[in-house]
Amino acid sequence: MNALQSDPVLELVDIRKSYGPVNALRGVSLQLRPGEVHALVGDNGAGKSTLIKTITGVQPHDGGQILWRGEPMSFAGPRDAARRGISVVYQDLAVCGNLSVADNVFLGRESRHSGPLGSLLRRVDRTAMEQETLDLLRSLSVNLQKVRTPVEGLSGGQRQSVAIARALLGKPEVMLLDEPTAALSVAQTHEVLNLVRRLRDQGLAVVIVSHNLADVFAVSDVVTVLRLGQVAGRFDVRSSSQQEVVAAITGAEWGAGLPSLAEEPTTTEQELSR
Amino acid sequence: MSVQSAVTRKPGGTPVPTTDGPRAGRSGGAWIRALFARRPSGINLAPVLLGLVVVCVGFQTANSNFLTPWNLTNLSLQVASVGVIAVGVVVILLLGEIDLSVAAISGFCGAVLGVLNVQLGWNAWLSIVVAVSVGIAIGTFQGTVVTYFRVPAFVITLAGLIGLQGWTLALFGDRTAINFDYDGDVAKLTATFLSPLAGWLIAIGATAALAYFTLAERARLKAAGLEHSDLRTQVLKLVGIAVGLGGAVAVFNRDRGVPLAVFIFVGIVVVMDYVVRQTRFGVRLLAIGGNAEAARRAGIPVQRIRIAAFAIGSGLAAFGGVLAASRLIAATTQSGAGDTLINAIAAAVIGGTSLFGGRGSVYSALVGILIIGSISNGMDLLALPSAAKFIITSMVLLLAVVVDAIAARGSRSQLRE
Repeated sequence: MNALQSDPVLELVDIRKSYGPVNALRGVSLQLRPGEVHALVGDNGAGKSTLIKTITGVQPHDGGQILWRGEPMSFAGPRDAARRGISVVYQDLAVCGNLSVADNVFLGRESRHSGPLGSLLRRVDRTAMEQETLDLLRSLSVNLQKVRTPVEGLSGGQRQSVAIARALLGKPEVMLLDEPTAALSVAQTHEVLNLVRRLRDQGLAVVIVSHNLADVFAVSDVVTVLRLGQVAGRFDVRSSSQQEVVAAITGAEWGAGLPSLAEEPTTTEQELSR
Repeated sequence: MSVQSAVTRKPGGTPVPTTDGPRAGRSGGAWIRALFARRPSGINLAPVLLGLVVVCVGFQTANSNFLTPWNLTNLSLQVASVGVIAVGVVVILLLGEIDLSVAAISGFCGAVLGVLNVQLGWNAWLSIVVAVSVGIAIGTFQGTVVTYFRVPAFVITLAGLIGLQGWTLALFGDRTAINFDYDGDVAKLTATFLSPLAGWLIAIGATAALAYFTLAERARLKAAGLEHSDLRTQVLKLVGIAVGLGGAVAVFNRDRGVPLAVFIFVGIVVVMDYVVRQTRFGVRLLAIGGNAEAARRAGIPVQRIRIAAFAIGSGLAAFGGVLAASRLIAATTQSGAGDTLINAIAAAVIGGTSLFGGRGSVYSALVGILIIGSISNGMDLLALPSAAKFIITSMVLLLAVVVDAIAARGSRSQLRE
């Protein structure tokens, strides 16, 4: 990591979370900086989704601290986290295929007309929504002119950009992308990775959760490896190899130092995350 | 928007099946999918309107009384009540749910109207308001049970159907019917016809308002640099609507004038279409029907909107029951029984509203009920037996459902791509 780092916008200090007797997170620390892409990798059950849920306020943590610009804070729920500036784009996209691009971007936050059209006739201001959608997509250099077409007619990559545009709507400072390239073709993956770079260039702190190390190395600055609820390694992509990361994921270089397998939280955590 | 072919409206993604070329024949459903491809604003009504024309021409050929002003006026009065129920069915289908109790609600609320207006001597309008409110209350209750106990709507509303039939019988007691005053306000609801002048004024006013709003919207879009339809297309569409409206008024005026009940029915369609397509409630309703989980994650109050949709559906069913009671000038134990339920759902689906949620248009209730009503009326004119009527109506519904399933499969396979 280079010396000229900006201050982290969000910092996790020694976060712990257990589900009954299962310790899903055993003291994870993480610093997210503006303009940096931070990849979270790890095997199934390593604690990635639990960590995401902690950051997005879906689930409270048991121990440790969350610092927002250095100030300790806790999120009351996902909406609270979103209001503070933390956005998530889920793996399964969560778009409504039957709605237009603009309606999807503004889903749950539809603008209403000003004047009697809005107050009396409750009319949604599609012109404003479509315009802002176009602006958002342009800021991401996404070439998608038809903001009135239903999302189901779009390619996977285009749909991913709609989901990202929606996450950008609240002007977040931290954006979490859960498996953004899963189930995408090579060209679409390329498209989405470019989007991630653009988010970074806009000064967001980006977190991507991914199983695909090639994608992780293509786009991120820092890689944090989780294993059995702990940070098993932190790598600067410019000075690390994929082999080192794989070794950290599988625990090859740790071996004896790890907690016994009897406590492995795999099954329970996966069940709970459903 | 539109007049562009459905095929060109789907940019990106996999190629949409086209109606021509060697590939079209490969899958049996391809050309149907293309013909029935859904427009972003809801559905493509063209094939359904075409179906209506075929039905009308068919019956006119078989019996020259079919397309007379007198018969067409009767036909529209016959369909108004089930049409209103079908509008409610569309709202619930858009949500991705089903309500099997709408016909029973219409029968029960008709009975409530009878008890209040005839037995207790309440004012007609007050009785109507209370009867519709009872419907809304029933829908709110059923919607709440469906939402909070996560029970499939069809089970709850099936229970509601049976229960309400029981309550209806209980209201009637020993009687089999409650007759309304022949000259009373309840009867007048479906026995009133607008004067020819009023009919023309409404047609002209509606066309002018529509022209103003669509052209103003177009100008707004154009000024904002957004995609907008071509002016000639827009004007042609307006002219088409004006001719349709004018033609309808002309036909009605050659008989007794525009029936008040038909005016109210069409008014309900227009208002509910606005609610579904232009308001925040409508966008959220469609969102839940399209992907409830995505809607929930977007912070939409899914439960509240579900309950509201059931309340609207039942309120419209209740008003449909009021219209039916008015037309019959009686509430009977048979009101809302028989084919009312199947016709209301069939109208929505035949009109193109999907059983799978999120896709459809309130106008499908209007066009669908006209098709169902025409078939039923035409078969009456031909003096076909009830057996044939039921069989033919069921076949039309079967066809509509199959087409819906094929179209839905088309859009789902696109999502998977």
